[in-house]
Amino acid sequence: MITARVWRERRQRYLNEAARCKGCGRIHFPPRQVCDACRGSDFEAVRLAETGKVLSWSIIRVPPPAFAQEAPYAVAVLEMDDGARMMAQVADVAPEEMRTGMRVRLEFRKIRQYGRTGIIAYGHKAVPVA
Amino acid sequence: MRDVAVIGVGMLRFGELWEKSLRDLCVEASLAAIRDAGVERIDSLVVGCMASGLFTEQEHLSNLLADSLGMGPVPATRVECACASGGVALRSGLMEVASGMSEIVLVVGAEKMTDVSGEACTATLATAADQEYEAFCGATFPGLSAMIARAYMEKFGATSAQLAAVAVKNHANGALNPLAQYQSKITVEEVLKSIMVADPLHVLDCSPVSDGAAACILCPLERAAKLSRKAPVRISGVGFATDSIALYRRPELTRLPAIELSAQRAFKMAGRKPSDIQVAELHDAFTIMEICALEEVGIVERGQGAQAAPAGRTALNGPIPVNTSGGLKSKGHPVGATGVAQAHEIVLQLRGEAGPRQVKGARIGLTQNMGGTGGSSVVHIFEA
Repeated sequence: MITARVWRERRQRYLNEAARCKGCGRIHFPPRQVCDACRGSDFEAVRLAETGKVLSWSIIRVPPPAFAQEAPYAVAVLEMDDGARMMAQVADVAPEEMRTGMRVRLEFRKIRQYGRTGIIAYGHKAVPVA
Repeated sequence: MRDVAVIGVGMLRFGELWEKSLRDLCVEASLAAIRDAGVERIDSLVVGCMASGLFTEQEHLSNLLADSLGMGPVPATRVECACASGGVALRSGLMEVASGMSEIVLVVGAEKMTDVSGEACTATLATAADQEYEAFCGATFPGLSAMIARAYMEKFGATSAQLAAVAVKNHANGALNPLAQYQSKITVEEVLKSIMVADPLHVLDCSPVSDGAAACILCPLERAAKLSRKAPVRISGVGFATDSIALYRRPELTRLPAIELSAQRAFKMAGRKPSDIQVAELHDAFTIMEICALEEVGIVERGQGAQAAPAGRTALNGPIPVNTSGGLKSKGHPVGATGVAQAHEIVLQLRGEAGPRQVKGARIGLTQNMGGTGGSSVVHIFEA
């Protein structure tokens, strides 16, 4: 793992940068070069909505090595209030408290550490909205 | 395009094959298929394998196989399409023969998964998902399928016991297959009591980690009788389709549109419809996937998939037997081998060589092989 891989995603992971298609208005996260709804390629950068809801979820009990210390943890498909979809861990929640339709807010958190180099990647985790 | 026939199939028993290398697996399956067909030579080979680099630090598998078979100068191609690598390799071989580019083509599917730890295996399988935006946040391959399962259960009121019935059926079939990794029956209670991997999927809802390889020999149908004594099985249709690699981008989480489209394309090419199919191998990497595939292929109505196994509709003696081999669940799922192993089972069924799990009088069969969480799907239709 080299630093460039984490660094090049910094705008979406650190600044919540999404892309709105100027052709059809759809908001994509992460930003894309081609809109899969209208095949347009003209986008403007927008800030991703920070609140949304859980569409479906699971509790990961058999994790990959980078997440071994965290299991069990929740991951979810989220639909943000601007219509963008994303996948994120849901933090600060017990497995038995997870619900489909649950309201969540994005927070900037440490996501993982990469291999022997120990590079720390940050990004979004969702937390329940009280 | 020329009509294409399968004139030979070969496979070794799937499992944790500590004594065999990836090279051994590929060569043994290839030689078994060549022997079965009774051909003296091949003109080209295609090998499907998902991740030999990550699993065994070996790329250039196509060259390795041609060399190891002593077939040196033949053109050799590797195809990668995650868990659909085998099925897509079969399609590539089919196109070589159908186009007239090659006469006799060896298609191999293979994967050696047990040379890495369980954790490394989980991480390698997750590379079939969107690495930067799904695997990045800790989603695993079973976890993604679990999210489909949850969405499906909440929409249609399906239960964990209904999902478990798929595993129970496939283990009952696998118990009759001498090449299956697990040749033992299980019960719904055992599935429900097994440990949770990714809620709501238990470990017995999931296909195992396996080593294995399967192979088949293709040739033009018109030359089949001359080249081989085996009854030819014609591949009458093939369909291949893709969808978003990331699950979260799908408008409807309970749908797998790539499966539907790949099936429709195969049915159109073959001039057949779902009700013509007499035996099917579907990609049951997880129990929920057989349920979804039944609906997408059109074998059962939408929302009815979870009721099929408990009602016996897809049982060996039911109206449409599904995964007579034991499926990925019981036969094993060496990911790159699976698509070719599915073809192996359907060819045996259509030749009447499936022994105690033979579907009486089966003349038309179907295979459906999926890559990722529905990102790729390839369907083949076979006719005796």
